[in-house]
Amino acid sequence: MILAAILFIPVCGGIIAWLTEYASAKLPRWISLISLAVDFLLTAGLWLGFLHQPGAHSPWLASASAPWVLLPGVSFHLGVDGTSLVLISLTGFLGCMAAAASWNEITERTGFFYLCLTWTIAGVLGVFLSLDLFLFYFAWEFMLVPMYFLINCWGHEDRFRAAVKFFLFTQLSGLFMLASIIGLYFAHGRATGVYTFDYEALLHTPIAAPVTFLLLLGFLAAFLVKLPAVPFHTWLPDAHTQAPTAGSVILAGLLLKTGAYGLLRFAIPLFPAESTAATGPLMVLGVVGVLYGALLAFSQDDLKRLIAYTSISHMGFVLLGLFAGSRLAFQGAMIQMVSHGLSTGALFILAGLLQERLRTRSLRRMGGLWPVAPRLGGASMFFALASLGLPGMGNFVGEFMVVLGVYQAHPGLAVAASLGFVFSTAYALRMIQRICFGENREGWKVPDLSLREMGIMALMMVPLLWLGLSPQPLIDRVEKGNPSMADTTSAPKPHLPGKTLPPGRRK
Amino acid sequence: MTFPLLPLLPLMIIAATLVLSMVAISVRRSHRATFCLTLSGILAALAGLVALLPLVPVQAGLLFLFDGFALFYSALVLAAGFLVAVLSYDYLEGRNTAPEEFYLLLLGALLGALALIGARHFVSFFLGLEVLSISLYPLIAYLRARPSHTEAGIKYLIVSGASSAFLLYGMAIIYGLTGTMEFTLLGPKISGLVDGRAAALVGMVLLITGIGFKLGVVPFHMWTPDVYEGAPAPVTAFIATISKGAVFALFLRYFTDVSLRDHPRLLLVFTVIAIASMAAGNLLALFQHNIKRLLAYSSIAHFGYLLVAFMSARPFRVTAVTYYLVAYFATTLGAFGVVTLLSPKERDADALSDYEGLFRRRPWLAGTFTLMLLSLAGMPLTAGFIAKVYVVVAGVGSFLWLPVIVLVVTSAIGLFYYLRVIAALYKDTRPAPAIAPPATLKGRAVMILLSILLIWWGVYPGPLVALISHITLAP
Repeated sequence: MILAAILFIPVCGGIIAWLTEYASAKLPRWISLISLAVDFLLTAGLWLGFLHQPGAHSPWLASASAPWVLLPGVSFHLGVDGTSLVLISLTGFLGCMAAAASWNEITERTGFFYLCLTWTIAGVLGVFLSLDLFLFYFAWEFMLVPMYFLINCWGHEDRFRAAVKFFLFTQLSGLFMLASIIGLYFAHGRATGVYTFDYEALLHTPIAAPVTFLLLLGFLAAFLVKLPAVPFHTWLPDAHTQAPTAGSVILAGLLLKTGAYGLLRFAIPLFPAESTAATGPLMVLGVVGVLYGALLAFSQDDLKRLIAYTSISHMGFVLLGLFAGSRLAFQGAMIQMVSHGLSTGALFILAGLLQERLRTRSLRRMGGLWPVAPRLGGASMFFALASLGLPGMGNFVGEFMVVLGVYQAHPGLAVAASLGFVFSTAYALRMIQRICFGENREGWKVPDLSLREMGIMALMMVPLLWLGLSPQPLIDRVEKGNPSMADTTSAPKPHLPGKTLPPGRRK
Repeated sequence: MTFPLLPLLPLMIIAATLVLSMVAISVRRSHRATFCLTLSGILAALAGLVALLPLVPVQAGLLFLFDGFALFYSALVLAAGFLVAVLSYDYLEGRNTAPEEFYLLLLGALLGALALIGARHFVSFFLGLEVLSISLYPLIAYLRARPSHTEAGIKYLIVSGASSAFLLYGMAIIYGLTGTMEFTLLGPKISGLVDGRAAALVGMVLLITGIGFKLGVVPFHMWTPDVYEGAPAPVTAFIATISKGAVFALFLRYFTDVSLRDHPRLLLVFTVIAIASMAAGNLLALFQHNIKRLLAYSSIAHFGYLLVAFMSARPFRVTAVTYYLVAYFATTLGAFGVVTLLSPKERDADALSDYEGLFRRRPWLAGTFTLMLLSLAGMPLTAGFIAKVYVVVAGVGSFLWLPVIVLVVTSAIGLFYYLRVIAALYKDTRPAPAIAPPATLKGRAVMILLSILLIWWGVYPGPLVALISHITLAP
């Protein structure tokens, strides 16, 4: 019940926000903020244990199921365990931040904007909550449409191309996943006689080897594009750069996480043996992403594009951690997902604030902003440091744990990935130096952060520091009452002696 | 069975309405009266279908069979005909031509479509097809003052005549070889013949060619964009939905007893046609700047998807095809409905530039059009999404991997041109480029109805799926 509420509050909030635009242009933002805040409070309630409804023998913290007659075997099955709970909390939180950040940025068609915003959030929540593969695919596709409108209608100068590129990449890869899901449905049905899309039933599907590998490829296509892993990343810099602030925040903070979540929830547990076999190439892709993203970030002039490339770099660590087959690396990847969502989200909000003030995103034209707007400079400094992995903040813990976990089995890959720390220092410091210091050549005189903007920044700093100083509660939350995850993270482990896999020397 | 012609009740009602309207027109011309007569005739025919419901499956002589399948498709076609008639009223009003005969032709075309759906014999098949086609020629060229319409009408006349000749020749060969013209008797005989004798395969291919022309699948698609562009918007809606849908229903009926899996040659023919339609339809649509042409190429691609469902194995075939056709009917009627409502008196609103910034001028209409385009693209919350999932399920379930992969890739390509139109709708152009007439109450009602149906079937398709599988499995 509570899960259905979490899913449908943003849907309804969006519709109400859309309709109230006719009453007042300012009402929609309040309604969407309130609905997202209620959503976040509900997830917090789940987190703190007030709203648990543990089933008699269910591994899930909470679940809900209802028939949704469509094909034989489709049901409206939602469930939450430690991993998804962490991610839906992040979704609720970043949703509020995104709504608050667009407060004054969006002045046209506000109702439709907040409808798209809340519906994107609802789609992301649906992805994190579904335990039925068809429902999962439905949510996966569902979040594309409002996101497309966010970019297409309120984006920057080259928005149409960016929106289409984003849509086509994700849609094409999603359709491959659909074919795989249906293939799995039939494989399971033919083997057992039970035709179902239910996640828990499909976990134990006996299938012949060559078919499974093809099915896994379909899933990987969707998740690696969304993550994004390096050869499939080209939609990301365009989409992130052209989207409005809220769109960039949701894209970087949440949509990328759906790719990682898909890997850890579906691709690995559904095909344990095959994904173990694919570990080598995927981890290499992760390392390539870490280095390539950081390298390109260093040479960007467009601030939002720079932040977009840092996302590729950070998500490379997540990919690495998920496939390392070590518990430590997996936990590191989880922390990295949350802290990347927070730090990159905050950086995109800052980029939005700068663009609102300066009407440019070009680093070449910025400079010397610290004396003009010290609070803005301080906030930028904080999140740039978080992004480069300064100890004491979440990103450091995440990346460090991933590298440590990877090192056990693949020292070469770990060494290569740790080069990413050096590169990230370079791009983050270059960015902050270009924005805040140096000579104020253009003579910028801009207002400093307002109270609302300070509030957003402060709210995003708290969890980052919390993760950096005391990550244990989050790790406990991920691990606790989570047998399904325990299976998946420990299962590949015995198959993973360093010598059976290509050593990381390749890099 | 007291009265052997009772199963033909819906056809007779439509025919009677046609005659009655003709008489009424000769007594006194009144657009409104003819319109009302037409609508009540269609409603009466729908009621006639309901009356038949307890009797199915019931055969009317040698020629017609009315089972659950036929009743469902008849209802679909009649409902679509009703909506086309409603859309036509405002469209014809004020265009300088006599509007009354339009409805006669519309009823005639509906009569042909109903006959096609009930056909179980080559004779009734050909009869229905010709009644449908002959009514369509003047419908396409109805607004004679516009040369493009006349051109489209003549084009359709020639292509359609040629395809009928192919069809007839194919029928003759098959009859010559098997000695029967009944579908149920043909099925098992064809199975024996196709893989043996070249003549039977030739006959089959000629038949498929003739049907392919009517469906507008590649390589028989050339007429589609020209006729779509040239015909008045409500007539285009009629051709895109009712005419093609009725032919597809017949196609399905004809091949009911022929399992394509046992005939690799036939399967090959259909695979090639399906792949070519999906690829050509979606790729050529990328280059269109005219909405009607774009929708024409989109419909070519959609019939490629339908053929994938058509090739699939038994438990899915009829359900997937029928669901897809229902969704396609609603979506296509909606899309052409928007074109109809936006058309000014002197021409049809078919240039992409007519739609730029529509969201600013007519937010509700633009929203409806967006919904229709998203449904054509197969996005969630719309019936098109469920329909596409059904087709993929049917394809994967029957191991049609190659067509399914082509479907996946081409429909992603197809997304591009739908998004281009959507982006045009939401563009920020200040001056209104085209002055469209305000939507009337009737037009609005049709659009609202179609939007509700589209979302309902996209979110909670259960009842419709249950109905389809109940009806198609009944006999």
